[in-house]
Amino acid sequence: MIPANLRESECAVNDKRPVNLDLSQFSFPLPALTSIVHRATGIILFVGIAILLYILELSLASEDSFNAVKECLDGFFVKFIIWGILSGLLYHFVAGIKHLLMDFGVGETLEGSVLGAKVTIVVSVVLILLAGAWLW
Amino acid sequence: MVTNVTSLGRSGLYDWMIQRVTAVVLAAYSVFLLGFLVLNPDLNFAQWSEFFNSTCVRIFSLLALFSLGAHAWVGLWTISTDYLKALGLRFLFQAICGLVTFIYVVWGIQILWGL
Repeated sequence: MIPANLRESECAVNDKRPVNLDLSQFSFPLPALTSIVHRATGIILFVGIAILLYILELSLASEDSFNAVKECLDGFFVKFIIWGILSGLLYHFVAGIKHLLMDFGVGETLEGSVLGAKVTIVVSVVLILLAGAWLW
Repeated sequence: MVTNVTSLGRSGLYDWMIQRVTAVVLAAYSVFLLGFLVLNPDLNFAQWSEFFNSTCVRIFSLLALFSLGAHAWVGLWTISTDYLKALGLRFLFQAICGLVTFIYVVWGIQILWGL
């Protein structure tokens, strides 16, 4: 229903307004998924930084607390948390490099972006596994 | 031009540039710090505190810390304006992010220089 006092020109303008689409109704292509994971890992890292800063503070406070941190990092649970933060960092790093390359015009085509998303996943999975091997 | 009072650089273009420049700093620092840890598997306290006592490492760390603050703010601001449509909720989220970022920066400075 268009209100009677709305002029025709105003209707035309309003019709062109962007609509907020219901994102849950879409099937996401791979580049969209890697983009969302990039955002999610960004939030995880923002929280994870608190843990990393706390570890840094303890490790630099004294020799005793350094050794305590070292011992603590040998525990499975703590190591797993660190691996989680490191995984987030590695993914965010790789996806970020892809972002910067795309800013320079590399892989901006439809095919290129799908390939870029695949490369992002493969490279970050390899790095995450290497990080796990390094930690354990 | 679309401007938003809560955007860091007062315009999307500045935010875009801040995001990229700080990303490069953070990428370089991540490689630097992880590289040091990988190359020193049997790290002891003396090596570790000597590493963070060097002025170069402290300056690079502080640069990374400031970059983190700006990078996180632009990223979280983008996420909040994309997904949080309710003004009050969005403001609350941004306020918490801003406060936490401030705490990280001050805390980080204290860790680096307050020893």
